[in-house]
Parts: sequence; C-alpha cells; structure tokens
Amino acid sequence: MSETFDAIVIGAGPSGNACAYVLAKSGLNVLQIERGEYSGSKNVQGAILYADALERIIPDFREDAPLERHIVEQRMWILDDKAHVGGHYRSDAFNEEKPNRYTIIRAQFDKWFNRKVREAGALVVCETTVTELIKDGKGKVIGVRTDREDGEVYADVVVMADGVNALVGSRSGIKKEVAPETVALAVKEMHFLPQDVIESRFNIGEEEGVVIEVAGSVTVGMVGTAFLYTNKESIAIGIGCLVSDFTEAQVRPAFLLEKFKNHPSIKPLLAGSEVKEYAAHLIPEGGLPAVPQLFGDGWMIVGDAAQFVNAVHREGSNLAMTSGRLAAETIIDAKKAGKPMSASVLSAYKKALENSFVLKDLHKYRRLPKVLHHNKHFFTDYPRLLSSAAETMLRVDGEDKRSKEKKVTKSFRSTRSLGGLIGDMFNLARAFR
Amino acid sequence: MSQQAAPAAAGGNRAGMKKELPEHFKAYKHVWVFIEMERGVVHPVSWELLGEGRKLADKLGVELAGALLAGPGEATQAAVKDCFEYGADLVYLMEDPILADYRNQTYAASLTDLVNTHKPEILLLGATNLGRDLAGTVATTLATGLTADCTELAIDHEGSLAATRPTFGGTLLCTIHTLNFRPQMATVRPRVMAMPERQEGREGRVVPHSLALEESSIITKILDFIADANIEKAQLAYADIVVAGGMGLGRQENFKLVQDLAAVLGAEYGCSRPVVQKGWMPAERQIGQTGKTIRPRLYIAAGISGAIQHRVGVEGSDIILAINTDPNATIFEFAHMGIVGDALQILPALTEAFRRRLAVNRMAG
Amino acid sequence: MNIVVCIKQVPDSAQIRVHPVTNTIMRQGVPTIINPYDLFSLEAALQLRDQVGGKVIVLTMGPPMAEDALRKAMGIGADKAVLLTDRFFAGSDTLATSYALSMAISKIAETEGPVDMVFCGKQTIDGDTAQVGPGIACRLGLNQLTYITSIESLDAAKREITVQRRAEGGVQVLKTALPVMVTMLEGSNVVRRGSMPNVLRAAREPITILNAAKAGIEDLTRCGLKGSPTVVKKVFAPKPRADKAKLVETANRSNTDIANDAVEAIFAAAPKLHTDLLGRVAQA
Ligand SMILES: Cc1cc2nc3c(=O)[nH]c(=O)nc-3n(C[C@H](O)[C@H](O)[C@H](O)COP(=O)(O)OP(=O)(O)OC[C@H]3O[C@@H](n4cnc5c(N)ncnc54)[C@H](O)[C@@H]3O)c2cc1C
Ligand SMILES: Cc1cc2nc3c(=O)[nH]c(=O)nc-3n(C[C@H](O)[C@H](O)[C@H](O)COP(=O)(O)OP(=O)(O)OC[C@H]3O[C@@H](n4cnc5c(N)ncnc54)[C@H](O)[C@@H]3O)c2cc1C
Ligand SMILES: Nc1ncnc2c1ncn2[C@@H]1O[C@H](COP(=O)(O)O)[C@@H](O)[C@H]1O
Repeated sequence: MSETFDAIVIGAGPSGNACAYVLAKSGLNVLQIERGEYSGSKNVQGAILYADALERIIPDFREDAPLERHIVEQRMWILDDKAHVGGHYRSDAFNEEKPNRYTIIRAQFDKWFNRKVREAGALVVCETTVTELIKDGKGKVIGVRTDREDGEVYADVVVMADGVNALVGSRSGIKKEVAPETVALAVKEMHFLPQDVIESRFNIGEEEGVVIEVAGSVTVGMVGTAFLYTNKESIAIGIGCLVSDFTEAQVRPAFLLEKFKNHPSIKPLLAGSEVKEYAAHLIPEGGLPAVPQLFGDGWMIVGDAAQFVNAVHREGSNLAMTSGRLAAETIIDAKKAGKPMSASVLSAYKKALENSFVLKDLHKYRRLPKVLHHNKHFFTDYPRLLSSAAETMLRVDGEDKRSKEKKVTKSFRSTRSLGGLIGDMFNLARAFR
Repeated sequence: MSQQAAPAAAGGNRAGMKKELPEHFKAYKHVWVFIEMERGVVHPVSWELLGEGRKLADKLGVELAGALLAGPGEATQAAVKDCFEYGADLVYLMEDPILADYRNQTYAASLTDLVNTHKPEILLLGATNLGRDLAGTVATTLATGLTADCTELAIDHEGSLAATRPTFGGTLLCTIHTLNFRPQMATVRPRVMAMPERQEGREGRVVPHSLALEESSIITKILDFIADANIEKAQLAYADIVVAGGMGLGRQENFKLVQDLAAVLGAEYGCSRPVVQKGWMPAERQIGQTGKTIRPRLYIAAGISGAIQHRVGVEGSDIILAINTDPNATIFEFAHMGIVGDALQILPALTEAFRRRLAVNRMAG
Repeated sequence: MNIVVCIKQVPDSAQIRVHPVTNTIMRQGVPTIINPYDLFSLEAALQLRDQVGGKVIVLTMGPPMAEDALRKAMGIGADKAVLLTDRFFAGSDTLATSYALSMAISKIAETEGPVDMVFCGKQTIDGDTAQVGPGIACRLGLNQLTYITSIESLDAAKREITVQRRAEGGVQVLKTALPVMVTMLEGSNVVRRGSMPNVLRAAREPITILNAAKAGIEDLTRCGLKGSPTVVKKVFAPKPRADKAKLVETANRSNTDIANDAVEAIFAAAPKLHTDLLGRVAQA
C-alpha cells in the first residue's frame, strides 16, 4: 500500500515547518517527515527568532509561541585573552508592542510550530528518516523512501528541508555533499540561573533580553564567532568555527567553549549556574557561492539545506522560514493554475528568493567567507591590537596622549605591514559592500 | 496526575489536613512488618525492616509485630525465632501449605484478613517484587495509602508515619503521609536500612491465624519453579559482583577485557545501553533504567559516563568503582572509588591484580 | 481478544532539573516520552494479538498532550487509543489513578466487548511505585501476573495463560485464567518499529477522549487529590553526596600499581567480600 500526497516536506525545522504550514493552510494534502523524536528534538540554535519572517506566516504567533525574552540590548565584543573592546546598543524603542527579535529555545519553539502545522491539517510523522528520493524513469522526483517497513510514500512534489547536511539531496544525486570549508561547527551549552539573577546581572527587566556577539582570540586564530543570549531562566552560550579550521588546527570544539566560558569578561556572567545540555551543530557559512541548485523536476530545497545562512548577521532561521514559505507559495500557485511540478514551473521559487532579502543579503556578503578565510589576522592580531590600544589610551600614567597614539599606530604597523593593513581593511569593506 | 510526584496543593485537599481519626480507625495500633518468606528463605529486607520498625514502635510506645505467611515446617519455626531475635515482640503466623509459594491471590487475601482482624496502624513491606506485588493489592482492598520504595521512615510530631522516597529517578525526594486512613502502608527499598543487631535468645508471643482458603478456590497454579542456579542466562540482577563496560571501550573486541575481569572475580558482566544498541552485547546484559537493576556488593564500571538512566540501575551497589578517562565524568559523582585512566589499560591490570591478590592469599591461608 | 495496555507519558528523567530556589521540578521544556517500561508490555500485547487476533487498545490518563504518547503507541502497532483526561484527576495518587483507569477499562469493555487482558508497565520512571497495575487488577478482579519474563502460552479458547514470573532466587512458572493483568519485566522483548502505513494511520486515527463523566465516574471524591489517601508533605532535592569518588592516585604511576591500589581500597572497604571471594576461590 502506498499513498500519494500533494507534497512531502522532509524535516521539521523552521524551514520545513514554515513550508508545511503554508501548504496545509491552503488545503493541500501534506505529509511532513521528521527524523527526530519530535520536531525540535535534534535542533540546536542560539537562538534568536526574527519576528518578521514568522509574522508573515503566523501573524498572531506572539499569542502562544514559547518566546523567552525580546532583545533590548545588543553588545558586540572583540576579545583578546584578558579583555574585551566593544560597543553596546540598547534602546527602549525595542520595548515595542510587537518586538522584532526574541530569544527562544528551539526544542520548545519547533514543537510549538510543528503543532501549528498539524493543526493546519498536515500529517506529521516523526522518528522516520528519509533515506532517498524516488524518481521516475525520466528523473522526476515522485516520492521518498524512508527507513520504515513499507516505507515508500509518493507526492507531486518533495521539499527538502532537511538541514545543513542535506543528505537526502546528495544521496539522491541532485546536489554535492557539503564541503568542510563551507560549514562551521558550533558547540553550545545552556546555563541555568534563577530569573532574578539573570535580570540583575544583565540589568534588564522581566521580559527583556540581551545578546552578546563575540569575535576575537577566543577562536585561537580560526574563523569563527561566539555568542551569549539570555533566556528566561537560562543563558545560551556557544562558539563556532569552520570545520576545515578545526581539522587543520586540531582543536577540539569543547576546548574552545571552555576557554570562552573562562574568559574574564564572560565568567562572572555565568557564575553559579547549572550547566545542562551540551550540543553541537553545523551552520552553513559558505554563503552565496555554496548555494546549490534550488529546484528541479518535482523537488525544491529550502533553509539550511540550501545553505541559506547569513553568517555575518547570524541570521538563519528567518531565511529558513522565508524560503520555506516561498517554496510553499510556488507550489500553491502551480496547483491553482493546474500546472505540473516541473523544473520550469518551480523556477518561480528562485525568482521569489531573488526578490526577497534571502538572496539579496547572500549576494551582498558573497565575498566575505573567502576574505575571512584568507585573512586570519581578523581573529588573531587585530583583537590583541585593539585591546592593547584601548588599554594604552585608557591607562593614565603620566605619558602624553600623542605619544600613546604613536605607540598604538606603531604596534599596528609592526604586526601587520601597512600594505597588509590597508589590504585587510579594503577587502573587508568590499566584502561588506 | 503523577503518582505522588507533585506536591499537594496547600488547602483544598481533604486528605491533606490531619483531622481527628474516624472512630473505626482508632482501634488501629502497633507497627507491623510483613516477613517475606519464599521457599523456606526469609528475604533480608524483612530483618532490616524489623530493625527500623523497632525504632518506630518505640517512638510511638507500641508493639512491633512480624506478619509471617508461610508453609509449615522447620524453616518457618526458625523464621519465627529469628523475628524475635531481630526485635519483634510478637509474630502473627499464618502457616499453611497453600502459602509455601507466593501467589497474589492467597497472600493478599491472607494479609488483608490479618490486618482487618488485628488492625495495625503501620504496615511495612520490602520493596521487592513480592512486596510490591502484594502491597499494591492489599492497599487497594483496604482503600488506604501506600508509599512505595521508601528510603527513610520517621514518626512526625503528630504521631503519623513520614515516609521519604525518591521520585523522578532520584532527582528529588519527597515525604509522604497517610493522614486519615489506616493502616499507613509503605514498601521500603532493600539494603537501605541497617541490618539490626541480633539479640540471641530474645523471645516473644506467637499469634496464630488460620487461613480461610482452599486450593480449589485458587485460580493461579504454580507449575514449576526454576531456580536461578539452573538458568543459563545472565543473572545480573542477583550477582554479588558485576563488571560492566560502556561506549568508552570503543570496540566490541574490547569487551573481552570486561569478561576476563569478571571471570577472575566469579562475577557477572554487563554494559550500558548504547553498547546493546550497537549490537556488541545482548539486551539481557544491559544495566540501567531500561535494562537490569543491580545491587551487587561490588560494581566496576569501565568507560561508562554515568547518565541518570544508567545511574538508577546501579545506585544500590555497595561499592562502585569507576574507570573513566574523563575526570569530569558524572559517574565519579556517585561512584565510591575512581580511576581516571584508560580502561583498556586499567582493566587488564585490575584482572592481574585481583588474580594475584586472591591467589597469594590462598597459598598463605 | 481485547487487550488494554495502560501507558503513561512521563518526563524524560535525563532532562529533569530541579529549580534551585523553589525545589520544584522544572517541567517546562522537558521532553516527554512513553514510560519506557510500558513499551515492553505494549510489545508483549502486540505479539499476543498477532498470534491469536483481536485488538490492542492503549489507554492513558493524563493531560491533553498525552495524546502524543497514544499516537506514538498506535504508530508502534496499537489498534485504538483512549485518553482519559479531566481536571478532576489532577493530583491523583496510585489509589485514585487505579480507580479512574479501572473505570475507563470497564467503559472500554462496554463498547469494545469484554477486556481479556490488561497490560501495565512494571513501574513508571516518575512515580516509580509499581502500584497502579496491581491496583487495577484488584479493582477489576483480574488475576495478577507481575514481573513476567515471558509468556509461554496463551490458549484463547480455554482462556488460560502460562507465564514465567521473576521471583526471588528463580522463576515461577504460573498458569492462570483470563482475564488477567500483566506487567512485563524490562528487557523481556524488543519493541518493534511500526511500518510506514502504521504511522500514517496513527497520525490520522481519531482518539477516544473520556472525561470523568464519560468514563462513568459518578463519585468524584474518589478522584484526584480528594480521592488520594497519601499526601505529599515535602519535596526536596537530595543532599549532594559530599564525598565524590575517591580517586586512586595515577600521576606517574604504572598501571600495575594503580590496579593494586584499587584492589586494596576495595578490600579495605569490604573486608567481608574479600573473605567470601577467598572462600570461593578455595572451594574451586
Ligand atoms: C549554534 C547555532 C546558533 C544559531 N543561532 C541562530 C540565531 O540566533 N538566529 C537564527 O536565525 N539562526 C541561527 N542559527 C541558524 C539556524 O539554526 C538555522 O539556519 C535553521 O535552524 C535552519 O532551519 P532548517 O529548517 O533549514 O534546518 P534545521 O533546523 O536543521 O531542520 C532540519 C530538520 O530536518 C530533519 N532531518 C534531517 N534529515 C532528515 C531526513 N533524512 N529525514 C527526515 N528528517 C530529516 C532534522 O532532524 C531537523 O529537524 C544558529 C545555528 C546554530 C547551529
Ligand atoms: C528512555 C531512556 C532509557 C535509557 N536507559 C538506559 C539504560 O537502561 N542503561 C543505560 O546504560 N543507558 C540508558 N539510556 C542511555 C543513557 O542516557 C546514556 O546514553 C548511556 O548510559 C551512555 O552510555 P555510555 O556511558 O556507555 O556511553 P557515553 O555516554 O558515550 O560515555 C562513554 C564514557 O567513556 C569514557 N571513555 C572514553 N574512552 C575511554 C577509555 N579508553 N577508558 C575509559 N573511559 C573512556 C568517556 O569519558 C565517557 O564518559 C537510556 C536513555 C533513555 C533516553
Ligand atoms: N496516568 C496513567 N495512565 C495510564 N497508565 C498508568 C498511569 N499511571 C500508571 N499507569 C500504569 O501503571 C504502571 C505502573 O505505574 P506506577 O504505579 O506509577 O509505577 C505504569 O507503567 C502504567 O502502565
């Protein structure tokens, strides 16, 4: 016995849930297949939720979604071994009726989102892994094979929302395997503290939250960043670097996290907490050059599986949800028009992406991964220089300011040639343009 | 809707407030221990409970009784004597061939009848298979409260039994009372209470009680009893010494090291769950929440991290020796002794050390 | 043959935390699972159904979200599912739980026909009492078979069942008559994985929902807190054991020395074990 659905969505992360939700809402017969015990059971994220992407799918999500805190303050820190230099932005304007960013706990959020998917009428099957796509004689995708007995199911179109490894696609020969220099490995811990301790430690009110984004020598010279987010009763802390760098540098991710946690600027924020949940996850950071073919006869790819992550701004779930929604809308339009799910019909999905922030932002930062990868100074010398410059300028010791400035300039120059310095700045500026 | 897990909301709860006991419960006096005797052998938890029961009875100023249900014979007479020597003032004795082996129907009917006739205020049983099977039925028939698997008993200032037990796999402890019903029943985890000092020659009264059952009215029949000695399968749950390996051993071949050590000690061997999932050992060797619960005198755990599901299965061990490369492994939080090191090196060294130690002493002795 | 399997949705014990200040369980975000012991009973029930035919009906008492557990059980192979849910059940101890469940089982018998077997888990991992099964058996007058290691035979026509039951020092072979209440011992079987058509059915099939009234419960004083003779007076975190494992000195020492020290330490802590071992060796 086998069934045919209008659409099968593989994976129940933000992209899969968004896609399945929109499809089911429009009345299509949707099957969603998730490998984990439930949606969110295997997912790891910092995690910041960007309201806008979700609002376009579930406008009143704030009513019952499990949200932790809305962000009122952003800190950007550059660390060397003993100090941090950085900037804060905090504004009461973020205490708005419909806040723009929230911290969330993915396991809870995904579960909620998936419940919405089911309520919208999709059939959700968990603890089931899709092993490969089923194609007809002409190469059109007509269904999926799973690891269960009698496990074939069929559909007019299959949406791959299976996350960063995207094994379904590569195993089925429609995309390449992900390359180590295009994915970062992030490790993360949850530190539990009473709510009032968090609020006094971060100087925030009951629902307010803080984000700290960190770069610098904590990654011991590898390309990567670290973060700290406040939840209601816990602090999420993590650090990630390119997989290729980990391999090359022979550094264990757990070691990096320990180092980060013990940094004098971070340690007091975590003092007295109870650690639970150590998790590791990949983040696609290859940017635009790493984006695979996004559609074909009977199939589409969304979210992390399509490498839709903006590493610079640490955005991922919003690109995931948006791409999931756009894929769903493409399918719905085709259905309405009575068109087949052929590559040419589904190409509308890519156009929609190009018109959205998803591909526009990825295009803007297309050069960045390469620049950072080839200019490790950003993670070694510069943090140290910045920190000692700040220290030199702030320490009042009888030395006049002009001499201090000279010292600082000299320290920059002696570490990195003038050409190198200018080149780095130029590359960086160009990559951000 | 979780049994005894959530604290009762204050107020709004009839049972939650201590009231004057209803008239018909006032006759309930004295502390009883159910003496668990099967096939001529008394389970040691019964003596532990007499020791604990003695303290409760003294605090309340009442008598301590053993309730012994058994087949007739010398062993039963010896058990009665043992009861006195371990602290009982009297023994309610139901002696009948029908009671030689445990069956729920016969034991539950007998014990219920005994309770209804002689009315104890506290009734303690061992939290063994037998004790839990029996207590659940008796408490339901008597419509009274039963607190399972206790690890601590006390009498509170109002004279009621405060029974403390772990919940959520030991994450929390809770103290439970049965305020307005009698008897107050509890099953108690074996090997938690101290074994009482035996007082040779101490005597007491025997109160016989007759059984009102015929074999023909008993539905469940015992076809056979297969003693463990005759069973080939792993007898982990009952082994004196257990050696186990976890994922830290890395490969199936390395479990030979666990078996070698077990052989030298005459021990059983086992493993953590992922080892079974890998197919490196059969399921019957799994130790932990969804495997076997063990209570050996010595447990050696090599390359096992000590996850809570493993922990709950081994916590009753007298001594736990953990071998782990990671000094921060959680197993060191509940093991009694630890070696921070590579199990692949340490296991063979231990095997040798035990072999030498046991052999040397034999020659000397 | 109608078989009811009682399952409970429990928090995954590995992920439970205690609030450092209030000492209460922080359930928020803790994933729930089917009580692992119940799965061995479910599998045993499915095997019997496959053998002699009939229906396996899973039953749970719990909050509305316990539906997830029921659907999972149907995905594994159960034919029907019943959710017993009502705010009157909140705070039930084992006496009140077994009362409510036994009423629901009687109700199931009214619509599905007589219930021949009830399976329960050996115990739950949150309550850990092992009392609900015997409580149900007692109330419904079922013959009680707990800690079963294997079901040797079931004669549906003669309504007889023969099982092996774990006892102290050995295994009892018992024969009794239906109807029975059975709890299976852990590890007594391997839980199957449902087929794709099965999980699709499980995701779609409606679930019967019973509240107290629909379950035929008239006397609400026998339910929930009111119907529970036991009272939880105090909940607290265990004192962390002050003494963590005593570590054998390993720095710059040979494995032989380390092992010798460990053996000494063990025998020093358990001298009787030492003599017993020597006795055993001497006998051998
Ligand atoms: C440490 C960390 C911090 C992050 N922080 C942020 C942040 O703060 N804000 C932000 O917006 N983004 C953040 N991201 C990125 C964000 O998590 C991802 O972009 C987002 O989760 C992508 O969603 P997705 O649905 O494409 O993939 P996923 O969330 O990975 O979901 C894929 C799903 O598919 C399932 N699956 C996989 N293979 C199969 C198969 N074969 N069969 C069936 N099911 C399958 C998986 O189990 C999973 O549930 C972070 C990521 C990490 C790792
Ligand atoms: C519902 C449920 C039920 C479960 N039931 C059980 C159960 O009954 N029993 C059970 O065991 N688990 C059970 N688990 C699984 C449990 O959560 C853990 O995953 C499991 O116990 C871990 O096994 P481990 O310690 O062998 O492996 P790991 O967690 O992988 O730990 C391996 C350990 O070995 C150490 N190590 C590595 N190399 C070496 C070396 N060379 N020498 C010495 N040490 C080394 C490591 O430091 C690590 O501590 C259950 C889980 C769930 C969700
Ligand atoms: N709320 C419940 N719903 C259904 N079955 C239950 C419930 N509570 C307990 N049981 C059954 O009774 C068994 C023993 O539970 P316990 O007495 O809590 O250890 C469980 O394994 C279940 O099979």
